[in-house]
Amino acid sequence: MTDTAWIDAALTSARPQAVGALLRYFRNLDTAEEAFQNACLRALKSWPQNGPPRDPAAWLIMVGRNVAIDEVRRNKKQEPLPDDDQAISDLGDAEDEIAERLDGSHYRDDILRLLFICCHKDLPATQQIALALRIVSGLTVKQIARAFLVSEAAMEQRITRAKARVAAALLPFETPGAVERSERLASVAAMIYLIFNEGYSASGDTAEIRSPLCEEAIRLARLLLRLFQSEPEIMGLTALLLLQHARAAARFDADGQVILLDDQDRGLWNQKLIAEGLALIDKAMRHRRSGPYQVQAAIAALHARAETPEDTDWAQIDLLYGALELMQPSPVVTLNRAVAVSKVRGPEAALEMIEPLAPRLSNYFHYFGVRGAFLMQLGRNDEARIAFDRAIALANTTAEAAHIRMHIDRLMRDSQPRDKKAK
Amino acid sequence: MLYAILCYHDEDFVGSWSKEHDADVMQKLTVVQEQLAKQGRLGPVARLLPTTAATTLRKDDPPLVLDGPFAETKEQLLGFYIVDCKNLDEVLDVARDLGKANPGGTYEIRPVGVFHPGGARP
Repeated sequence: MTDTAWIDAALTSARPQAVGALLRYFRNLDTAEEAFQNACLRALKSWPQNGPPRDPAAWLIMVGRNVAIDEVRRNKKQEPLPDDDQAISDLGDAEDEIAERLDGSHYRDDILRLLFICCHKDLPATQQIALALRIVSGLTVKQIARAFLVSEAAMEQRITRAKARVAAALLPFETPGAVERSERLASVAAMIYLIFNEGYSASGDTAEIRSPLCEEAIRLARLLLRLFQSEPEIMGLTALLLLQHARAAARFDADGQVILLDDQDRGLWNQKLIAEGLALIDKAMRHRRSGPYQVQAAIAALHARAETPEDTDWAQIDLLYGALELMQPSPVVTLNRAVAVSKVRGPEAALEMIEPLAPRLSNYFHYFGVRGAFLMQLGRNDEARIAFDRAIALANTTAEAAHIRMHIDRLMRDSQPRDKKAK
Repeated sequence: MLYAILCYHDEDFVGSWSKEHDADVMQKLTVVQEQLAKQGRLGPVARLLPTTAATTLRKDDPPLVLDGPFAETKEQLLGFYIVDCKNLDEVLDVARDLGKANPGGTYEIRPVGVFHPGGARP
């Protein structure tokens, strides 16, 4: 490892805990961030010479706090700061002491609070994500702007606005009770899922740029799970992200076109991520406290376990989507269920299922894509063509439109009804 | 004499490595491992998945299943098994059977991410 690489990794991994604790001391996000920045600068000076501290987070909290307090004093008296090395010379003993005091449960609420203030309900989703990536993950504004495909100045403004809004709100500093804690956990889980989706929903030409968002979401989910080891929904969320991300390398062809699940080269799926995801969903199921993330992860797990598309347990997937419909009634869930139904009971039943969704999904790209595919399977090519045209008009990305055009080309080439069993 | 080398490190820290750095470390380790393997001195090598995927079985009567890794400082690591199981329930059954044969203490169950069987014989 190069000289600074280990320091970078140590600073990144200590960040949520350190900024969370500093926020608890200073009760001000800017002060906490600045204190952490200052502590990092000292670490860059001190660690290469003295080696890494035993508990980097405790070291950063301690130094960050001292520097900030010195700053306040200096501003009062305009006195020069003591020499760096002097200020932190006796840190060895203090470090043990502070590590002792900041036990696990303290850290846990610190980190949860830090994540939670980013998902303030007044903030639009994109601002929540940007704020979390800046504050909790410590990505630079430049990195975040790149991932969101906007200019650095625009992202800077977005984050500044979000921070101002959060600062104006009452920050939740009291130690949360059990109910409050589980509500915070649910908001934070939803935000991590948003971060993931921001990366996952990228089209082929931008997937490469945005995939770090998926990796960061997984890192945050694992962090949350380490703090809340017995929460089946957090296990489910983490499993879901891992199982989805495992397919990343197989989702787009060389031209950036979407490759559907059935057509993906399963040899490109990341078996290590799948193994971890499956282990987590197994753990979650033992609790017999189901929830939307677990069900979605269970669906992803059935896809991951199938060695070929034909091995997929569509009947079980149909049941799981049925369960999800009950937990989170949504036309999109029903639409997904219809795909499973088409495999189990045929396109006619599936078409019947999505017919009532039309008014609510009249502007939804996937609705017309799926509808067109069912009609095509039934050999109703003219109607399929109309649905596909509508889908293209509603496509959000060039990759989506190109994918539907491929279907239309197939229709033009082959006006025969497709054999239901051929994939 | 066979020796087990058990690897400990800060998981958050290792988890913050870039993909490139992780691959680089694995590559450097492979060089060392290959040398030992050529000499017939390398046994199984495993990289475990994150502790978040861990489950713990306390060998009480009845045995108690807990989420998360083993975290007791009063007990020490005395050995390990590598078993092939379909899912967590199956490996928990194996652990319970082992626990019946040798009650007391704890088994930490960790999915294995990377595994090379090796061929060393004592």
